[in-house]
Amino acid sequence: MPLTDARPIVTRRVSVPESWTLKAYLENGGYVGLRKALTMEPEAITQEVLASNLLGRGGAGFEAGKKWSMLRKAQPVYLVVNGDESEPATFKDHMLLEADPHQILEGVVICAYAVGAAQAFVYVRGEFALGLERMTEAVNEAYEHGAVGRDIFGSGFSVDVVVHPGAGAYICGEETALIESLEGKRGFPRIKPPFFPAAIGLYGAPTVVNNVETMSNLPWIVEHGGAAFAALGIGRSTGTRIFSLSGHVKRPGNYEVEMAKVTFRDLIEDPRLGGGIRDGNQLKAFIPGGVSAPWFSPDQVDMALDQDAVGKAGSMLGSGSVVIMDHTTCAVRAVWRITRFFHRESCGQCTPCREGSGWLEKIMRRIEQGAGREEDLELLLDVCDNIAPGLGWPPQQTTICVLGPSIPSSIKSGVNMFRDEFLTHVKEGACPYG
Amino acid sequence: MARLNVENVQRARELIALYPVPRSALIPILHVAQEQDGWLTPEAVSHVAELLDLTAAEVYGTASFYDMFFTEPVGRHLVSVCTNIACLLNGGYELLEHAEQKLGIKAGATTEDGEFTLEEAECLALCGAAPCLTVNWRFFGPVTPESFDKLAGYLRDGELAHQVPPHGTLCRVRRSVGLPARSAGEAGPGVDSGGTA
Repeated sequence: MPLTDARPIVTRRVSVPESWTLKAYLENGGYVGLRKALTMEPEAITQEVLASNLLGRGGAGFEAGKKWSMLRKAQPVYLVVNGDESEPATFKDHMLLEADPHQILEGVVICAYAVGAAQAFVYVRGEFALGLERMTEAVNEAYEHGAVGRDIFGSGFSVDVVVHPGAGAYICGEETALIESLEGKRGFPRIKPPFFPAAIGLYGAPTVVNNVETMSNLPWIVEHGGAAFAALGIGRSTGTRIFSLSGHVKRPGNYEVEMAKVTFRDLIEDPRLGGGIRDGNQLKAFIPGGVSAPWFSPDQVDMALDQDAVGKAGSMLGSGSVVIMDHTTCAVRAVWRITRFFHRESCGQCTPCREGSGWLEKIMRRIEQGAGREEDLELLLDVCDNIAPGLGWPPQQTTICVLGPSIPSSIKSGVNMFRDEFLTHVKEGACPYG
Repeated sequence: MARLNVENVQRARELIALYPVPRSALIPILHVAQEQDGWLTPEAVSHVAELLDLTAAEVYGTASFYDMFFTEPVGRHLVSVCTNIACLLNGGYELLEHAEQKLGIKAGATTEDGEFTLEEAECLALCGAAPCLTVNWRFFGPVTPESFDKLAGYLRDGELAHQVPPHGTLCRVRRSVGLPARSAGEAGPGVDSGGTA
């Protein structure tokens, strides 16, 4: 399938010189959407976002407009923007924070107006030092410009936006953990129900939590209308989306493409996108949506970047990060490293995740180091089954949040797709890839 | 090693004024404390606790959850080498081993002269430029063994001081707007701003 003519939406300014400044933003159509939004009724904005069918770009892919509509009717309402991008191999929000902070801010003020938020907080991953600086400077500039603060553009609407730094914890990308963190606590996820942020969120108030890329789409949607956004893509997968492409491709990077009309093969091979596998190597496997997602095999490469199609095939587009592994990759080592990540990042609240991730990491490590046993393969799946019973997709949950049930994804993929490779490690006591 | 200095107490008060609930300012204030001393000294932790009407144990309870906070001294340059999936596929472990040899320390350790602390990091979200690393959270990638040696030399000689501030300095841009309200005794920026037009 050829690439489409759809023009980028959220990345259209990233190559503009000093794109992060107010000056560059205003010269390139900035704050037009917000000015229009302030002439509309707040509810009309929510209707446009519902019409656009904008799916959240953080990982869960929930309809943004629906999230806003589900807010418990109480005051105050808070808006929390999730810029804690930490899903391994995802690096789009990092780029948006550094390259176009005003676009995020414009989306934040539009959303705050639509839901009547008393205050908005942009939670930026702590490690993003430059992103924090650019975002903070953008708030300073936007205040002076009248786009944030009191009586925005003379409309009578006021909202303050606080840029809040995280401090290094993957789990804080989970929305309820993020709220705990924003309250100055350890990033422990809250149990849902009852703690759905729309009902009981920040300080117990109804709260919208949306991702940075989701916010970045709002100025365009308000300016051009929800229908124009929904005209792009297919079915529920509307608009464009940034895919973070990494691993063994010639041109790794962030690529914004029309949803559902581009395939994984296009993403990997098109000279304007991935440019093909490095060194003319063969594709071994790929991860379609971050390390929480089950892997795909080369025969699935013609699938479209469509949220529902990928979901039906037993994985997810997740955070939009596609990891390419060529035939020189040791699947055992890749699975071990991903498992180690989850073990390090488990918050420790729930036993299946805290203990299970530790045991899984130990078993994977001994297989990887050539000290494994044949029965370890079944043991791995058995421990996985204790975290996500049935090992189906989407996974069943024995834990407060989805971190634990995400651990089996790569283990199950590795054992099922590359069983021989696991057994070779066990029988030969060494890695065939050296 | 000290309590927060006068300027940083002022910064802490400004941060507290930004939030409806003071404790929300805890993590931002801990970053300020870490900027002052390079790590979270016991004196600074106690002082932060006083400012927020918390106990030192509560402050440690939060701080110890997060990878970026150090409760013991670290080097002037914190070198964090990513080895997660995208970097693993592009030589992240080889880079980490090279860094260990070059600096003469294992990951997790600090050089005797206090110049470098080396750590193995989880995904730093620069996977398009793998293998990557950060120095005091400033990004470099892709990094080769040769470019690592150069980088280490520049850092040691202070030639990258404009780009890489000392460890603990996170955000060099200060919020300069919408601040005076609460410190002057009025409502804070978020308190009375809920209504639509």
